[in-house]
Parts: sequence; structure tokens; C-alpha cells
Amino acid sequence: MTSLLDRLVGRKPSSSAQAAKERLKIVLLHDRTDISPSLLEDIKDDLIRIVSQRIDIEPSNVQVRLTQEGREHRLVADIPLPAPSRRRRLT
Amino acid sequence: MTATVVTITSGKGGVGKTTATANIGVALAALGKKTVCLDSDIGLRNLDVILGLENRIVYDLVDVVEGRAKLRQAMIKDKRLPDLQLIPAAQTRDKSSVSPKDMIAVCDELRKGFDWILIDSPAGIERGFRNAIAPADRVIIITNPDVSAVRDADRIVGLLEAEAKGPGQLIINRIKPELVRRGDMLDTADVLEILAIDLIGLVPEDEAVLVSSNRGTPAALLEKSKAGQAFRDIARRLLGEEVPFASMDGQEGFRDRLARLVRGGARS
Repeated sequence: MTSLLDRLVGRKPSSSAQAAKERLKIVLLHDRTDISPSLLEDIKDDLIRIVSQRIDIEPSNVQVRLTQEGREHRLVADIPLPAPSRRRRLT
Repeated sequence: MTATVVTITSGKGGVGKTTATANIGVALAALGKKTVCLDSDIGLRNLDVILGLENRIVYDLVDVVEGRAKLRQAMIKDKRLPDLQLIPAAQTRDKSSVSPKDMIAVCDELRKGFDWILIDSPAGIERGFRNAIAPADRVIIITNPDVSAVRDADRIVGLLEAEAKGPGQLIINRIKPELVRRGDMLDTADVLEILAIDLIGLVPEDEAVLVSSNRGTPAALLEKSKAGQAFRDIARRLLGEEVPFASMDGQEGFRDRLARLVRGGARS
């Protein structure tokens, strides 16, 4: 509703208030969880290393991030699997 | 009579803790509630000047805690409002002169004689903050719609939860409706989405607050001040009344005009 209202009152998506909101959301995720961006990078590297031992994945496609719903937080890892090979699918 | 202890805190300095304490105190007393405002900002006493009671201080909180004065002797009666009293902080001591236990003891002694005890917390998250929240039944977190004040408010929400005092209720102070409308100030929905706590007040920026603090007459005593009205609304919400929140988006929109027409244009 807010975004629709924003548009109705002519609030631009690139407004400084919008920037403040986006930046605050990210900084508070790190503050609340005490997980710094560099720790997140380390976790991502560990995940890539461990998963790669079992599955062939593309490291550059892996995403590890913090998400929030209300005051609940999650560490979310998104690891795309390689395209299934045609030969496997036939068998 | 058993008072409810409400601590007003913020983390960041300069967002309006003392102004809010003074104004909510004045508004509660004006509604006939026996109220005492307790300044816990030891070494940086200010609630006395905002309330205009600075010339009448004889004893302070530290005198009471250290046994040089009885609680009654440290209380200053507001001559404008018979139901309002102030217990000032010491100016020449520091936060370590008082412990959380002392604060609980002082409030327990005060509870019998009052409906409301409002504690003005110092800025920061150290000893003074811990003193201020120790006796609290309810906590009001005050913030401004800017990144640093909101970030610090979030830290306070987290600390209150850790101390089982939370999550508290929020006042967003010094809102500039014109900037909100231009998209250059976080709006109420933004701040509430980020902090995810209950709202108890929206206070617009209002020159009357500075003018009234110059004179030692809190804006809540001024009928026409918008901030004063906002603080009076907060006092009524504390008492459990459902008071609608005034719009802070800087323009009288279609809905406001419609609402005003429906109400018969009784208020401008």
C-alpha cells in the first residue's frame, strides 16, 4: 500500500528517503545478527568449498545473504544447480 | 495508588528525550494524573530547565540516594500544575553515583503517591541507561526520522528485549512533513517497518518547542502547538485511550479533506 501511496503522492523511487530506508535495512541486519559482510563472505566461501566436494556448482552464482521478516532473521544460501545433463534425464 | 513507571530513552542524544518527558509529564498532570518526572541524566541535568523549575532545586536524586535528603525534600512541585512534581538529577556528579538498585528503591517509594513516574534517560547504552530502565514497567523509545537515530533506536530495542523490558513503544519526533512529502525524510511506515515495534506518538517539528523551552513552559501547555497536541495525544494513549494518529505526509490530501468534510469542517 505504501509504494502505491508513494507513487500517488509523487514520491520517486530514487528519493533520499528510499535510499535511507534501503541502507538502514541492510545495516540493521548486520547489527542485529552480529554478522558482518566479511563474515558472510567467509561463510559463502566455506559453503562453496563443502558443496563443491559433492556437486559441481558454479561459485560465482552462489549467493549468501541475511533476510528479515519483522524482527526474525534468516541466513539464506542460494546455490543454483548445474543444468541437468540430457543423458541423465533420458536414463 | 500504584504508579506505572515509564522510562523515555533513545540511545542517540539530542532526539528529544527530555522534551518528551517534560511534555508527557505536563500533559498527564493536566489530565489530573499525579505525575513525577525523574531526571536520571546525572551530570547533565536538563529536565529542570525544560520544565522551568531550575531555580527551585535544593536537593537532587544523588542527595536522596546517598541519604542527605528525604525523597519528599528533593521533589519540586510545579506551581502551574498541582499534580506535577520533578526530582532533579545531580549536576556535579556522574552516573556511577546511582545504581539500578537505587533507582528501583526510589521508584518503589514513589509508587504509592503517584499515578505515573516518568524517567528521563541519559543518552547512550551504558550505566545511565541501565539505571533508567531498571525500574521501568513500560519503555518509550524516542527517535527522529534519520538513519543514525533509527539505527540507535534499533539497538535500544534489542537491549530492552535482552533485559526483558521490551520491545517498548515508539515516538517518532521532529517529523518534517514537507520533507516527507518530497521523499527526503523517512516516513512513519518506513520507520515502523524497519523497527517493527508499536507506535505511541508522532510529533512534528515545531518551532514552539524551542520557544517554549526558552521560556521553561513545555509546549504541551500551549493549546495551538502541533507538537504540544502530539504530546497530549501520547499522554492519552498512555492512559489507554484510542487516539488516532495525525497525518504526517505534509499535505492535506484528498482523504483528509474528505474526512474534514465528513466531520463538518469543525476543525481547520
